[in-house]
Amino acid sequence: MKAAATKPKPRVAFFDFTSCEGCQLTVVDSLQYHPELLDVVDIVEFREASSDRRDDYQIAFIEGSCSRESDEPRLHKIRATADIVVALGACAHLGGINAIRNRQSLKEVREYVYGDSAYWYETYKPRAISAVIKVDLVIPGCPISGAEFVRVVKGLLQGRFLEPPDYPLCIECKLKENVCVFQRGQICLGPITRAGCDAICPAYGAGCEGCRGLIANPSLPAFYAVLEEYGLSPADVETRLSLFLTNQMPKAEEVEYVQYTH
Amino acid sequence: MSNIHIDVHHITRVEGHGNILVDVQNGELKQCDLQIIETPRFFEAMLRGRPYQEASHITSRICGICAVGHATASLRATEKALGIEPTPQTKLLRRLNFLGEMLDSHVLHAYMLVAPDFLNVGSVIPLAKTAPEVVLRALRLKKLAGDTCKAICGRHTHPIAMVPGGFTHFPTAADLYALRGRYVAARADVAATVELFQTLPIPQFERDTEYIALHNAPLYGFIDGEIASTDGGIWPVERYREVTNETMLPHSTAKHTAHQRESYMVGALARFNVNYDLLHPLARQAADALGIQPVCINPFMNTVAQVVEIVHCVEEAITLIDELLQREIAWEEPVPPAHLSGEGVGSCEVPRGILFHNYVIEDGLIVEANCIIPTGQNLANIEADMRALVPAVLHKPQPEIAQTLEMLVRAYDPCISCSTHLLNVAFV
Repeated sequence: MKAAATKPKPRVAFFDFTSCEGCQLTVVDSLQYHPELLDVVDIVEFREASSDRRDDYQIAFIEGSCSRESDEPRLHKIRATADIVVALGACAHLGGINAIRNRQSLKEVREYVYGDSAYWYETYKPRAISAVIKVDLVIPGCPISGAEFVRVVKGLLQGRFLEPPDYPLCIECKLKENVCVFQRGQICLGPITRAGCDAICPAYGAGCEGCRGLIANPSLPAFYAVLEEYGLSPADVETRLSLFLTNQMPKAEEVEYVQYTH
Repeated sequence: MSNIHIDVHHITRVEGHGNILVDVQNGELKQCDLQIIETPRFFEAMLRGRPYQEASHITSRICGICAVGHATASLRATEKALGIEPTPQTKLLRRLNFLGEMLDSHVLHAYMLVAPDFLNVGSVIPLAKTAPEVVLRALRLKKLAGDTCKAICGRHTHPIAMVPGGFTHFPTAADLYALRGRYVAARADVAATVELFQTLPIPQFERDTEYIALHNAPLYGFIDGEIASTDGGIWPVERYREVTNETMLPHSTAKHTAHQRESYMVGALARFNVNYDLLHPLARQAADALGIQPVCINPFMNTVAQVVEIVHCVEEAITLIDELLQREIAWEEPVPPAHLSGEGVGSCEVPRGILFHNYVIEDGLIVEANCIIPTGQNLANIEADMRALVPAVLHKPQPEIAQTLEMLVRAYDPCISCSTHLLNVAFV
């Protein structure tokens, strides 16, 4: 550790960039259920919840995307201070919902919302935190799962980096005995999305939106075959993929290549 | 006297990023601004071209605290555009869900963001050691609120089972009975909350302004209804632009709003002032105990109005659960659209005030979108309050002035990430 580890309690900080702050709220909620965590860490910065601040943190949790150049120095400073940087939630992990607008030109986006004043303020294409600084660990999801947050923090306290699962959501969903949402005539990204959320959306009757990101080797041809079976069009999938995965969208030529070899 | 320069960088215990800047030279107030430095979000642009079914899932991501409120306003806009009339059960479930979010947000604000100011601590965390019963009470109420949303729509941040025309999941009778028991038990915590806020020394400051809220008799506002003002007048929500009158200011990219005066206030205090007669009798009793009467013009009392609404929410939740249990929950398919093109305005009273979503939909795709957020509507009023408040406290030590101003901004319970797709204040 960079800072001399004289104090037994690791010092933890929370930061937010372009986001709804819902992941930090989920953190607050998880701490309600696990107050014991407050005994073993020292929260030195949590602007949304506290006025007490210190600048000597070891673990930094970052929520939100980077969506303007002038936020980059703040990220670099966090990286330089913290030993461990954790991306908290889909905005930090993938660009998330913020990246939907990357499918349009910046000019179009700015002028639609601010009209004549479109250039009064600064913005650029929203991106994952890892596009700006090195990220050591990711807690995916929109919002994050409180249970996963607690698991990851407990892991960090034991010196372990708990990676999110790298198998598709369908596995969790089947174990939960949910009715497959394709059978309800809906689109679901479960076959290609990283599990770990306990299939909460299908459990409540909605198809997976891919907020946790793609698994490392998604079988797109198999996924498209499932879609076809249920009479869904590739355009429907593209729209769904662009909700959270604009920055992770598989390139058309790659998809075609896999299809030929299938 | 003198020069005072206050620069509160990144106001804490508020949602989102804001700064307070005050500049006094030779006793004269030169500058007094609430800077909103959150990055612009561009949600309206994000919605364009998206299928109507996605709108509520995208816009709930405007705010983690008022996710249910945004989803509800969004669904109402979509439903009005597409000729969907939700069933009575859907309306009851949405309202119960809404009360859950209101309770969650008010408890968060009153206990965790505001109370530390009066108990001389930097956050709620030290209170866990010094006043554990206060913290545990807040957590119990928050958990009940969160579990209400969980039973109805899967989770409070971000709702899953809410769709145009209804729900994709329903609470069981057992879920509702369990919630009912907890709401009844929560009355003790609510009474203790009222007692706690009776003892907190709320700053004395008054400035007359216009208060705007939804009016939806016989219900206490919250979802649908008409726009009402303490200055008189009723407007259908479709005419919201006549009320909000957004303007761009040359010194900032903020879209400020003004109606019949230079600014107006929305939020719990505005709802209290506009809809006092529609509050649950026990909430009106709590108002008496807390020493708040309509029309109250002290913005610091917004938190007290939230406490009154906490009483109302718990009582109305019990009534709604009884009604749902009596009707028995039916597994209803969502009502389908009557047509796939049209325009609609949805309006709700989210915890921080009146919210508008306005969509134009063509062939099932959103082609135009406009969202007007409570915090954006409050900005002009907060600045007007700051300008009135600063001269009155100039004799005080600078850190105390800064703290008072921070408490003023916090009293409005601003939700800055929400408002920033509409505003971003740049200073030279």
